Amino acid sequence: MADKIPVTVLTGYLGAGKTTLLNRILTEPHGQRFAVIVNEFGEVGIDNDLVVGADEEVFEMNNGCICCTVRGDLIRILDGLMKRKGKFDAIIVETTGLADPAPVAQTFFMDQDVSDKTKLDAVVTVADAKWLTDRLKDAPEAKNQIAFADVIILNKIDLVSPEELAEVEGRIRAVNPYAMLHKAERAAVDISQVLGRNAFDLERVLELEPAFLEDDGHHHDHDHDHACGPDCDHDHHHHHGGLKHYHDEDMQSVALTIDGEVDPDKFLPWVNDLVQREGPNILRSKGILAFRDEPRRFVFQGVHMILDGDLQREWKPGEERRSKIVFIGRNLDKEAIREGFLACTA
Amino acid sequence: MAAPTISSLTDHVADLAAGAHVTALAWLGGTTAFALADGAALLVAGDDQKRVAAHPDGAALVATSDGRRLVTGGDDGRIVAVAGDGTVEEIGDEKGRWIDAIVAGRDGTLAWSAGKRVTARDGRGRLRHFEAPSTAQGLAFSPKGYRLAIAHYNGVSLWFPNTDAEPEKLEWKGSHLGVTWSPDARFVVTSMQENALHGWRLSDRRDMRMTGYPAKTRSFSWSHDGNWLATSGADAVIVWPFDKDGPMGRAPRECGVRHAKVSRVAFHPGALVVAAGYEDGCILLIRLTDATELLVRRASVEAQEDAAVTALAWDAKGKRLAFGTAAGAAGILTLP
Repeated sequence: MADKIPVTVLTGYLGAGKTTLLNRILTEPHGQRFAVIVNEFGEVGIDNDLVVGADEEVFEMNNGCICCTVRGDLIRILDGLMKRKGKFDAIIVETTGLADPAPVAQTFFMDQDVSDKTKLDAVVTVADAKWLTDRLKDAPEAKNQIAFADVIILNKIDLVSPEELAEVEGRIRAVNPYAMLHKAERAAVDISQVLGRNAFDLERVLELEPAFLEDDGHHHDHDHDHACGPDCDHDHHHHHGGLKHYHDEDMQSVALTIDGEVDPDKFLPWVNDLVQREGPNILRSKGILAFRDEPRRFVFQGVHMILDGDLQREWKPGEERRSKIVFIGRNLDKEAIREGFLACTA
Repeated sequence: MAAPTISSLTDHVADLAAGAHVTALAWLGGTTAFALADGAALLVAGDDQKRVAAHPDGAALVATSDGRRLVTGGDDGRIVAVAGDGTVEEIGDEKGRWIDAIVAGRDGTLAWSAGKRVTARDGRGRLRHFEAPSTAQGLAFSPKGYRLAIAHYNGVSLWFPNTDAEPEKLEWKGSHLGVTWSPDARFVVTSMQENALHGWRLSDRRDMRMTGYPAKTRSFSWSHDGNWLATSGADAVIVWPFDKDGPMGRAPRECGVRHAKVSRVAFHPGALVVAAGYEDGCILLIRLTDATELLVRRASVEAQEDAAVTALAWDAKGKRLAFGTAAGAAGILTLP
């Protein structure tokens, strides 16, 4: 089988700098040829030969299940592009500022023709350092885009003070502690940080450590799990080397670890049932698990109700056989998830 | 149990190099016209081959034919008619928007869609437009009269382009892709995103659901007598009975069962024989009456994803069968 064409989804709220980043990717001397799918022909031109306009038509499959939404226009365009294979090496999909990334991502798992020929590489979200803090409060779309991201480009950092920057970074990390975060001015980032991430490739789900402090190198090994009551509406700040830690009331990540093995006969039904029930609230999920009597690591990742999991490489000698899962979503019942997961202990 | 011996017609196939993904093909009298994803149309008549640029720097995404001309819709937004002698005429321009569907009707009528916008062109070149509720992914003319079935999200619109009346709606939830109208005009059938067919009996609007396909149906073909509808999308040709009251409550025939999915189907114009092209490049002729199979083309030796047969059509007399593949291979079978 020939290699599947990688697809990068570029998202971000209105004015964050998506098109600037796109043009930067396209004009760098990387020798790659791209097909670009844009959703609105904006005022800024796209500097590429092969640009396709799309209508962003979100379709429900299987009679209206909310988690089975796909982008009908994308299925059609990818099918058309595949007739011209050999003309490009990779595809970039730029969404509108108000788009939910989920239907785009789900298209790559729900449609067989699309998944036979292409693979989702990563969801890259461009965020405006000056305005994101406000948007996280008033625009659910912006929060979805941050929560969904594999890579976040925190753009326009030259327009904010160090304090404001720390603030917005803390806000981002409250919603999504796991994405790679890169700070940029005028969307200037090394494109290897954006393309070829293989974020949805099970073999590449290596570690699930929150990236709270990737920039200042400090190591903080404490629990950020605050005991908040249901009426909690205050911000939780903790200063650690300049980075604030917040708790987002609406969107959270739940990360749980069992220092040992789980029973697959308990875990698999539990996680399937969980995403079936809580799928609309769970945006992303990932896990690396040690199954009883299994020399290989079980790795899964998911988008809403769609789970993709398989046994991957063997646990290395000396590597601790731990089981870790992460969910990012809205109004997740952390206690119920914790109890359910702990009950899977082998 | 030994596999039954398959008689072979492979010695009667003349191979061609189309050179690019074959989007569709048509017979224009004695000329075979291939619409290609490199924007060219390849015209083959005997030993003569001619390549004309229908969509320079573009790709033919969809194509249709009225038997006189090959009409292609491109990713340059243009509708181009290519005659058997290589004459090219531009007959529409959607300003760079991809053409999603195109179909030729009787008396020189033509229809195409780009996104939601559907254009019908009558034999005198008069254009009428209709805005579908969502992208019009499939188009089919009624066999009776100037009426167009438009497949879109949540159903089909039946439009009389020459009237201002609101199109009639056939509703069914989901994304409808291709559409076909039975030759007796009694049934409209769509293929769906959910790997199923949906049909409506127009007399009483009764719904028909035809499910169980492992992949999307991308190719339909009606038998010459109109009694059978052959479909792609499974590891066999699935042939639904449309005589009497239609397929409700009746099982389809499955013929040409192989370990590869059928990608194109084409009924013979005068006999109950269906040609089936598979995703591995194999082509079989199958007689419906006794399921006898004749091999036209062997599967590619290597498992190659571009091997799929993407175009398949008989000439008007049913003496010759032409095919094309995703990898740009093509050929013409002349029956002995």
